[in-house]
Amino acid sequence: MLFVPIAAMFLKASTETPARFWAIATSDVALATYNVTFVTAIFAALLNGVFGTLIAWVLVRYDFPLKRLIDATVDLPFALPTSVAGLTLATVYSDNGWIGSLLAPLGIKVSFTRTGVAVAMIFISLPFIVRTVQPVLQEMEREIEEASWCLGASQWQTFWKVILPPLFPTILTGVALGFSRAVGEYGSTVIISSNTPYQDLIAPVLIFQRLEQYDYSGATVIGIVLLLISLVMLLAINFLQAWARRYDSR
Amino acid sequence: MTVDKPSFHSSASDTHTAKPKEQKSWVPIVLIGIAIAYLALVQYIPAINVFTQAFSKGVGPFLSNLSQPAFLHAAWLTLLLALISLPVNTVFGLCAAWAIARHKFPGRAIVLSIIDLPFSISPVVAGLMIVLLYGRNGWFGPWLQALDIKIVFAFPGMLLATAFVSMPFVAREVIPVLEEFGKDQEEAARTLGAEDWQIFWRVTLPSIRWGLLYGLILTNARAMGEFGAVSVVSGNIGGQTQSLPLFVEDAYKQYETEAAFSAAVLLALLAVVTLVLKEILERKTRIKDVE
Repeated sequence: MLFVPIAAMFLKASTETPARFWAIATSDVALATYNVTFVTAIFAALLNGVFGTLIAWVLVRYDFPLKRLIDATVDLPFALPTSVAGLTLATVYSDNGWIGSLLAPLGIKVSFTRTGVAVAMIFISLPFIVRTVQPVLQEMEREIEEASWCLGASQWQTFWKVILPPLFPTILTGVALGFSRAVGEYGSTVIISSNTPYQDLIAPVLIFQRLEQYDYSGATVIGIVLLLISLVMLLAINFLQAWARRYDSR
Repeated sequence: MTVDKPSFHSSASDTHTAKPKEQKSWVPIVLIGIAIAYLALVQYIPAINVFTQAFSKGVGPFLSNLSQPAFLHAAWLTLLLALISLPVNTVFGLCAAWAIARHKFPGRAIVLSIIDLPFSISPVVAGLMIVLLYGRNGWFGPWLQALDIKIVFAFPGMLLATAFVSMPFVAREVIPVLEEFGKDQEEAARTLGAEDWQIFWRVTLPSIRWGLLYGLILTNARAMGEFGAVSVVSGNIGGQTQSLPLFVEDAYKQYETEAAFSAAVLLALLAVVTLVLKEILERKTRIKDVE
């Protein structure tokens, strides 16, 4: 179920000569899609790194009405099918949608552009950051913060020098998880983007288009690039988690 | 002196208590405001939009959209996909969880991250793998053609794709519970003369039931909602190989926005039910984990 499919993919790719493999993997269209996919995904993941941490902080530290409800709905992107997410995001952020109509006078187009891809990626990767940071924040001892207050540190100093350093690897883990999800995302991004090459065509959609043209080797080569990147991300996440645990052993 | 000291004391405690209080009065409010505004922009407004769009012309058109044959077929397929992949993944997940939690073997950590692989692989790549294996020019292609079995662009392929992407949930949720539960009770049951089956049904299963249920809910949500992998494999033929998420996308592309949103409401309700059940289970067991 797992090994045979992966082996099949590598074998299919190995029927191409290395030169041709390289030519397909680095063709202009492919390079443009990597650019759109990875740069947008990094942007989305980093933005969520900031806001996701903030949301986790708010949920752990403060009490306010409807907190439980808001906490539960953070998981919505996990539970909502991606095509529904794409459909509603494309509508809300289109020129005559609820949010898009407010942005249109400012000259900002979201749906069917790269910004739309970013919005979809932000949507699906947000819970990864919140749910990774939340439990760690919950276990952090408030005494350390209080000690730093007592020693005369300001709120900013306490945040930058006491709270953030031990939390940082965890935030990065969440960002990496969100990034690898955003890179692989297909359902919501394909609907909200116009899928124009060199503009907002992302790598998973390119694979799909190649398959529709029965260009199996072209699809496989780009699939392998994506697969290798998810494996690298998997290793990076394991490494980050080990780094995050460095305070536990003491 | 006696006048000075209390006044010094009170002024010190004043600055100490007043300063955080003063800051606490606006910092949390601003942070909560930003958090909710961000969630609203990204999640709440789009979620509410699904429901208002679907019912924008009233309940009548909504219901008539839901009685279209293409929609009914898609809903039936989605139900079937979940009904089959759920038990398959439960059995696999329980076996894998038992093997990993109860045995120490070399490469255990690697096996653990391999189980997670379907999560980290792009669904499109997952679909591509199935096409390469079972498609006309794939590994098993000629053999399947000789037997006249169609997998890609047909229901079996969609089932494979669904089972693949929803595979890890049960194992992931059950492994930590099994590890925490330990072997003691199972061994006690064995010394009392219970057979393997009896141990499983009477001792192991009851103790992992909440974790298992949690895994099942997540498996079901993913199986019913999967889009990428299924759309690569299915060929997306309306009324034949179109599951509900594919129907939503197809209807939207054909400018039948209302039909798309009517179907989307059903899937959104599935998401709501999933979240409610998750919340109930989390309160029962306090599992809080990514995915």
